[in-house]
Amino acid sequence: MSATLIVTRRSLLRYVRTPQLIVMATLQMTMFFLIYRYLFGGAIRTVGMPYVDYLVPGFIATGVLFSGIGAAVATAEDLQQGFIDRLRSLPIARSSVLTARAIADTLILALAAAVTIGIAFAVGFRLHGSALDGLAAFGLVIAFGFAFEWLFVTMGLFAGNAQAAQAMGMIVFPFAFISSAYIPVATMPGWLQVFAKNQPLTYMVDAVRALTLGSHSQALLGHPAGYFITRAAIWAVAIIAVSLPVAVAKYRRG
Amino acid sequence: MTMAIEAQGLVKRYGKTRALDGLDVAAERGQVVAVLGPNGAGKTTFVRAVATLLRLDAGMLRVVGHDVAADPGAVRRLIGLAGQFAAVEPAMTGRENLEMVARLFGLNRAAARRNAQAVLEQLGLLEDADRLARTYSGGMRRRLDLGASLVGAPRLLLLDEPTTGLDPRSRIELWRAIHNLVEAGTDVLLTTQYLDEADHLANQIVIIDHGRAVATGTPAQLKERIGGSVIELHVREERDLDRVAALLGRSVQIDESSRRVSVRVDSGREQLTSVLRFLDAAGIELEDISLRQPNLDEVFLALTSVDAAVGATAA
Repeated sequence: MSATLIVTRRSLLRYVRTPQLIVMATLQMTMFFLIYRYLFGGAIRTVGMPYVDYLVPGFIATGVLFSGIGAAVATAEDLQQGFIDRLRSLPIARSSVLTARAIADTLILALAAAVTIGIAFAVGFRLHGSALDGLAAFGLVIAFGFAFEWLFVTMGLFAGNAQAAQAMGMIVFPFAFISSAYIPVATMPGWLQVFAKNQPLTYMVDAVRALTLGSHSQALLGHPAGYFITRAAIWAVAIIAVSLPVAVAKYRRG
Repeated sequence: MTMAIEAQGLVKRYGKTRALDGLDVAAERGQVVAVLGPNGAGKTTFVRAVATLLRLDAGMLRVVGHDVAADPGAVRRLIGLAGQFAAVEPAMTGRENLEMVARLFGLNRAAARRNAQAVLEQLGLLEDADRLARTYSGGMRRRLDLGASLVGAPRLLLLDEPTTGLDPRSRIELWRAIHNLVEAGTDVLLTTQYLDEADHLANQIVIIDHGRAVATGTPAQLKERIGGSVIELHVREERDLDRVAALLGRSVQIDESSRRVSVRVDSGREQLTSVLRFLDAAGIELEDISLRQPNLDEVFLALTSVDAAVGATAA
């Protein structure tokens, strides 16, 4: 356990002491957020609520995927630069290095999500449910984030180098865009809707939305919050159940 | 006495290539063992096997009496590894890097701090200890990496090509650091492509090629086996190359692009004089002629079968 904390600290220090990383990531995220909010948003019809209230849960939940690319790249870099070899040669639990990476990147995700939420409130986003539901929504995003970090850590281990990890990270684009995150699924062609409705990100986005839209949510989503939360949770557990053992096995084998 | 390393018949396959192909190594305690060989000979694979980083396909490998496959945990408590890359965290200071590794090695906070301080002193990094490692020069990073491998006070230090890519001064500094460690009683296994490095640091040299040991011995023993010295001639005209080769007879090596001919001789000085006399009589003009110790290429020529040696290229 203490080994996990020590390695987590190292990963966090790397972010904290490389401020240009954080500044660039925040700028980029803010820019995209404002583009959706003020440019694309005007053309997207969301019945019964302002687009900004529709967008924010989707934007924050998709942030899980985009920040995950960073975790994959960081893992691949550690592998490439021999850092993982050093850690593997030390008398510490095999899982601690990977767990540390997942924890560190989840904390960074939480920070990024908090910043986005701050900006969101500044440009007109409002909670329609209780503040407690809002906090629950935030917690849910972080929990999903932790599950997804394992998928990205696994990806990084298999990629082996930063460029390959970056390239493999492209897989997040269809999941981010063919979902309910930015636009209502009903506006997509039928065959795309099949994918969009059943993939994990849509359940995550709609779970968050159900908690932030209050009374609007039932009309928009057609199901109560619990429906989406359970399905998103099943996905999250399934993602960890598959990627954690695969990652640990790969890490062991070297 | 327990051996530091006992390796018998190690085999490691990557697809169709055999990185290790029946490697035997026996290293006694209290020694510096250098594994010498060209790129792709299996040096790194061997170190990784000793460091418990890979699973062998066959063979028996014991480190200070512990079987690597059966009890890797025990081995990890005894070793310190410095790989080919300086695996230090650039966003942490030198001191923080060392304290982190010491803590991971299982030392408590106070002991970690003490050891880190001692290592910083030992490696001459004290002045820069509280600067981020990303501001370090390449040589300093390597020294810090070396420090990380020994901050847990391991019984056996594993150094994989510790000086590859370093400038000559940093190389000598690192040699000195390794030398001091050995004096303090740490066992060391190091790999290198450089004969002079093995010569300088090791009590015992294992020369490997194509995943097998081709020769083992002290530096003096090996030199005796390789024997003699090398006369190298640099001719002015390319057309003279064949005539020179014919004059020198038997085992000459010709490099046409640089117009060089080299030949191994037993008693260098006398033969150098007679070679000069021959060439003068034949009217062959030289750019340069030199007498030197055999380099790694020639060591391989001497110690491995002819066709195996032709394929072996060394830096």
